[in-house]
Amino acid sequence: MTITDVLCPFCGALCDDVVVEVENNKIVEVKEACEMGVSKMMGHERITTPMIRESGELKETTYEDAVDKTAEILVNSIRPLIYGWSSTTCEAHKKGIELAEEMGAVIDNTASVCHGPSILAIQNVGLPSCTLGQIKNRADLIIYWGSNQAEAHPRHMSRYTSFPRGFFSEEGRKGKKVVVVDVRKTTTVEVADEFIQVAPGEDYPVLSALRAILAGEEDIVPSCVGGVSKERLIELVEKMKDARFGVIFFGLGLTHTRGRHNNVVNAISLVRELNAHTKFVIMPMRGHYNVTGFNQVCTWETGFPFAVDFSRGQPWYNPGETSAVDILNRKECDSALIVASDPAAHFPRKSVEHLAKIPLIQIDPYPNPTMELADVVIPSAIAGVEVEGTAYRMDKVPIRLRKVIEPNHLSDEEILGRILDKVRERRGE
Amino acid sequence: MELLIKNGVVYDPLNEICGEKMDICVKDDKIVSKVKSPKVIDADGKLVMPGGVDIHAHIAGGKINAGRLLRPEDGRKGTEPRGKLTRACTGYSVPNTYATGYRYAKMGYTFVMEPATPPLLARHTHEELIDTPILDNAILALLDNNWMTMEYVKSGETKKLAAYVAWMIKAVKAYGVKIVNPGGDEAWGWGKNVNIDDSVPNFDVTPRDIIGSLAEANEMLNLPHSIHIHCNDLGHPGNYETTLKSFDVIKGRSNKNRQVMHATHVQFHSYGGSSWKDFESKVDEIAKYVNVKKHVTIDMGQVMLGDTTTMTADGPLEYGLHTITGRKWTNLDVELETGGGITPFLYSSKVAVNTIQWAIGLELALLIKDPWKIVLTTDHPNGAPFITYPIVISLLMSRQKREEVMANVHKAINKRAILPSIERELDWNDIAIMTRAAPARILGLDRYGKGHLGVGADADVAIYDVSPEEKEAKKIQSALLRAKYTIKGGEIVVKDGEIVAVPEGRTYWVNPEFDGKPTKDMLGDLTGKFEKYYSVNLANYPVQDAYLPHPIEIKTKV
Repeated sequence: MTITDVLCPFCGALCDDVVVEVENNKIVEVKEACEMGVSKMMGHERITTPMIRESGELKETTYEDAVDKTAEILVNSIRPLIYGWSSTTCEAHKKGIELAEEMGAVIDNTASVCHGPSILAIQNVGLPSCTLGQIKNRADLIIYWGSNQAEAHPRHMSRYTSFPRGFFSEEGRKGKKVVVVDVRKTTTVEVADEFIQVAPGEDYPVLSALRAILAGEEDIVPSCVGGVSKERLIELVEKMKDARFGVIFFGLGLTHTRGRHNNVVNAISLVRELNAHTKFVIMPMRGHYNVTGFNQVCTWETGFPFAVDFSRGQPWYNPGETSAVDILNRKECDSALIVASDPAAHFPRKSVEHLAKIPLIQIDPYPNPTMELADVVIPSAIAGVEVEGTAYRMDKVPIRLRKVIEPNHLSDEEILGRILDKVRERRGE
Repeated sequence: MELLIKNGVVYDPLNEICGEKMDICVKDDKIVSKVKSPKVIDADGKLVMPGGVDIHAHIAGGKINAGRLLRPEDGRKGTEPRGKLTRACTGYSVPNTYATGYRYAKMGYTFVMEPATPPLLARHTHEELIDTPILDNAILALLDNNWMTMEYVKSGETKKLAAYVAWMIKAVKAYGVKIVNPGGDEAWGWGKNVNIDDSVPNFDVTPRDIIGSLAEANEMLNLPHSIHIHCNDLGHPGNYETTLKSFDVIKGRSNKNRQVMHATHVQFHSYGGSSWKDFESKVDEIAKYVNVKKHVTIDMGQVMLGDTTTMTADGPLEYGLHTITGRKWTNLDVELETGGGITPFLYSSKVAVNTIQWAIGLELALLIKDPWKIVLTTDHPNGAPFITYPIVISLLMSRQKREEVMANVHKAINKRAILPSIERELDWNDIAIMTRAAPARILGLDRYGKGHLGVGADADVAIYDVSPEEKEAKKIQSALLRAKYTIKGGEIVVKDGEIVAVPEGRTYWVNPEFDGKPTKDMLGDLTGKFEKYYSVNLANYPVQDAYLPHPIEIKTKV
């Protein structure tokens, strides 16, 4: 059986043109997707059954017992942390937020250690942006800043930016200028027209220099800023002003280098100011396929996009205080429920050390380093392959994930729903 | 389940009941003529009205959520912890979905129209509506800056345009057609804007053409609501002329059930003067027009002095506001379809323009003689959050209250606004019309059981603990802010101003029948647009049934 128009549940580009061949409830071929997408959809090692750790060993058990043990852990903890969410559906997010509210827990998501600084920047200055199709049809200047999407979002350029022919960009790649700004010559540079190499940690002054030049204050800009000559900076500003429609895509090269959210504030401010001259937009290169979705759901349900603390009853949002890494580093949480992510592999060592000490529940389709620390492991069906549901692309366009094969496991939504029921039962509600 | 609402003072304008002491009977989710063994609600001396109907409030979807994300400082206002039945609440001008549902219900409102959904993002709007408790709802789809629309307008193929409008409304599960700064957002794709008679760059049509053709398609499809328009030139001094020109585009048209154009938040479109310095009210001109013409209805878009968040599909307008205030600004252009922007705004009593804006909304409601032509709105949250409705009502009902406010605002109001000279005070019948009966009729929802208390109507009822003779603004406000009872679909959802039940709302959507050759041809054009220009596949575009757990489908025929 051939299934068309399948969404790829891997990166924030959320390609929806994948073709999947299915035989006997098994995916035998995946076409159109990138290598990472193919690998995810073809499948690899799975957690097969629920497990509970006994005397240091994970022992196989039933869903019922694993859910019950999870509820027991949560009900007996004073400050649970619920974390993850970027590789599952919005329907699962809703259950997770409801559980957090019910428990008075802290709920956070991977944006916290990824584009969290971008969100803080948006809360400072806003975000002049657009959907990806707008860029495909109009943009003639495309700038990737601190983002190596050739490797992180391999089809981003071919579907949305540099290569496609659009309504006002009939010439395709020929009619567009592509500029890469980065600290090293990434693979993305190979398909760009221009590469501007910034000294590590110097993005902020480079952006400030561009803003000064744009404001007509080039006299105050020194001859070299962040390893880039003043002439090149002036040239870049001219290019930006001359564009009919320009865009900056930025990645962790801005959010996780010196300056962090301030880098992003500076980049957004530059784009804002460019709108006095021409049309210009900016967009974060969101990583996981539904990290944007979690921020959306959490915002409409709680008022805040991530790092929401329900211990006061009402939502309290204060990243730096209420974000997962900070809660762990302060050894504050006394249990953790991890859904669709792998903090043991990505958090700072100090945070992981505390994770290892507290009762830890992992809900995920795949074995990963977090599982090695977990006390309860609950396998789930793969959203977007075995479960349908909503995901938001990096430009906040919501698309419905398709189910292409029948699952052997429960969905994240179902598992969380059962945990919620059990928690309520144990609390006598 | 039966209810008997006993001895209330009933205002039910669609059934010409004006302050009569009478009983209202409810069985299950409908109003009935008699009941056998009901639960009795003593409404002696209290106001009884149909549940409120909001014709235009940005309560759900991409824009409002971008507003919430932009403004955590607003989210921190009005937080309430989870209750036994209720979820936690946050926000003032950009409340979370739960706060939206509960606060409207507490004010006796039971239906809200989300008025500006970009079709590409409709799934998002529906997702939020699922999480908005109690309220019945519907969405309007933005179809005016749309490439398919503009190409059919240019070629004069109105039947194909109608086929496209029908397809889109069905595909995104919308209720009607929204127009926002027609042509302006397409121009904003290049950082520009247009006015009513300018040519839209690259599309060779004028906003005037777009308005006319969409109205024609709307009427051809026999949709329950007319076109719903946010005119060009919003918020600019002297824009009343554009507004009157926009009204005039379809002046020859009529429909036996309703208007053929609903112009929204007309407060923002009733400005005179040539700059901010001589900015003044031109409500006299707008009212003169609306008072004599039958084809157009309007809503207020009242401004209340204070902080709020502005958000609209009018992309260039929000950029313009941002350049005035320097405050943070979010923009979201939507490929082939529309745009949008968000920026916080403080309407200050010390600023002449803001004070005059405040006066203009009230002037519209007071100078337009027939309350069936003007609906009470604040264009939530643009003029003010919906939670200020009780204050707006008290201002309309009390000249004394208006004078108290006017004594403490910028003195420009005495020269450049009309309000100080207006003596009219609205009564409860006027208010019942402006907040229930008129919006239901204008939306065409009166035929589907909304906005009245006749036998067979939906059992959506508001009971307010205030005497019909009450004149004191404070008492009026507190009674309207916290209904004695709100009944939604026959269920008591609010008692003594508190939420006591949280049923899920239903979503009204229109399924316009329109087949044949124009549809076939249109689908060919549409497929081309998706293959070449959209960033999603056509097969993934329509909103799936899963996003409307409680749909009410309204079929229309040509």
